Amino acid sequence: MSQRSFAVSVGLVAVIFVIGVLALGTGAIPVAPLDVVRTLLGNGSRITNFAVLDLRLPRVLIALAVGAALGMSGAVFQSLSRNALGSPDIIGFNYGAATGGLLVILVFGGSAFSVSVGALVGGVVTAVLVYVLAWQRGVRGLRLVLTGIGVSAILQAVNFYLIVNAGVADVTRATVWLTGSLNNLGWPQLWPPVVALFVLVPALLFGARWLEMLEMGDETARALGVPVEGSRVYLLVVGTAACAVATAAAGPIAFVALVAPQVAKRLTRSAGAGLLPAAWAGALLVLAADFAAQRFAGNLPVGVATGALGGVYLGWLLWRRR
Amino acid sequence: MSVTAPVSVAGRRAFGLVCGLVALVLVALLSIAVGSRSIPLSVVLDVLFARDGSDSAFVVWELRIPRTLIGIAVGASLGVAGALMQALTRNPLADPGLLGVNAGASTAAALAISVFGLTDLRVFVWCAFGGAALAGVVLYAIAGRGGASPVRLALAGAAVSAALTGVTQAVILLDQQALDQMRFWTVGSLERAGWTTVVEVLPFLAVGLLIAFAMGRPLNALSLGDEAGKALGAHLGRTRLLTLVAITLLAGAATAAVGPLVFVGLAVPHMVRTFTGPDERWVVLYCAVLAPVLLLLADVLGRVMAREEIDVGVVTALLGAPVFLWLVRRGRA
Repeated sequence: MSQRSFAVSVGLVAVIFVIGVLALGTGAIPVAPLDVVRTLLGNGSRITNFAVLDLRLPRVLIALAVGAALGMSGAVFQSLSRNALGSPDIIGFNYGAATGGLLVILVFGGSAFSVSVGALVGGVVTAVLVYVLAWQRGVRGLRLVLTGIGVSAILQAVNFYLIVNAGVADVTRATVWLTGSLNNLGWPQLWPPVVALFVLVPALLFGARWLEMLEMGDETARALGVPVEGSRVYLLVVGTAACAVATAAAGPIAFVALVAPQVAKRLTRSAGAGLLPAAWAGALLVLAADFAAQRFAGNLPVGVATGALGGVYLGWLLWRRR
Repeated sequence: MSVTAPVSVAGRRAFGLVCGLVALVLVALLSIAVGSRSIPLSVVLDVLFARDGSDSAFVVWELRIPRTLIGIAVGASLGVAGALMQALTRNPLADPGLLGVNAGASTAAALAISVFGLTDLRVFVWCAFGGAALAGVVLYAIAGRGGASPVRLALAGAAVSAALTGVTQAVILLDQQALDQMRFWTVGSLERAGWTTVVEVLPFLAVGLLIAFAMGRPLNALSLGDEAGKALGAHLGRTRLLTLVAITLLAGAATAAVGPLVFVGLAVPHMVRTFTGPDERWVVLYCAVLAPVLLLLADVLGRVMAREEIDVGVVTALLGAPVFLWLVRRGRA
């Protein structure tokens, strides 16, 4: 990691801490920033312990975990496809995860845990499907992306079909989940993504050394001794798993996987994948978007806020790159 | 030989078009006959020519015929819009659904319903035009000047539709009361189309189709490249503007009528070109006839495939996506 990447990471963590403290202190029971810090260090009163630790901390931590997972997943996919738009939400893996989750909610009426499992399975199955369909004596990044767009169109249609034909009560639950929401999440929902990240982060960082060489082109990578197809499959699997874990925890939160790596890239001014800066940027985006959506938009799901931000960013990106 | 050859080509094209029209009539009859209450074809023909006041006559005239007409109109519109987009952007993957134009129309319609409480089709069809035009201009800004590769355009389209779909979703969440009404626009369905829809949307579609037919010749000229097109007497700016207007009218009105449909405009122009060759006038004409055949078939399939009716938007996506994937695999992108 370059000096600049390190500095950017430290800066992002500092901003995350500030917004995190604000988020922990805001709500029906307001807590002053200093008291929040005091409470986090274990010196809180009964009321601040309840508000900060029991009520708000799990939500903030889930936001960070989900954002980091999405940021890294996006960095992997954008690097593999060599395209800023090749993020998992554009190429359909989170539509697949959504299909899995929706099937559980609407058809099997499952618990929150089984919704997560459904999302995970849906995301991975979609990734395998896209990869098989795009295979033609190897897989090139752009064909992978276009295949993903085609498959995601099918999945979106399936998702809409499931929603249209469900009862109104289920539809509301499904629509909120489908938008990406951290509402009503607590400590029990925190552990699955955190445990998954403990496995996935090392796995992703292990694959990152190939990522930079793959970016130079298959021929160059091969000459440098990279097992091209094998490493690509490996990165696709762990990248998809990261995206699916995030989707399983909070529903498909739009655009974070697309935006976070780009933000990180601009801040670090590096050409490479920069997984860790992307993770911090993703965490910051989800945390800030959730805080803004709660505070200023009447407790809207965080996916609405990231969707709006992402739309603006996307317009700018497209305008600049034409 | 060299004198008769063009005549026989024109004859072959005309014969093909007649075959297409026959197919359209047959599928339309099928669409009128098949449904949750199937009506024998002989009865359909009887009540078509003599409304006898029976239940069958009611179903045929009040439900099936408007639905079929809207299917034909929307199919023709989206097929022609797809052909125009492919010609304008010189991009084989262009489709008003895939590139987000339909999503733009439905987002604007959803906003009109939720924010301004407009439910009158005559009013919010204009909002749909606005949304379609905006999405079209954004896409064209990216694709214009022949600069965007098919891949970039397809990506940009996917991204724009993702953003717009997100906005629609947000509107639905914010406005629980309008949720039920707007579920209609998130998927695309002919189910609710009635005579009022037909009457109110048809003029826009007709104007759009007329402009499209008129654009055939200049688009042919431009297909040789901007410079050669100019040399052949085509006005670059005027042709592009009018083509965009036609796409907006067609995709916007079609979406206002039935919701956003993906892939209808993608496959048909490709199939058509293998038969007609690259002449845009014939491509547009054929698309206007054959795209409705596909859309009506998709609608009929959706009615018989499952116990609960499957919306046509789902069926077209299921049928169209494999074509898209095939085009990608063949390296046309």
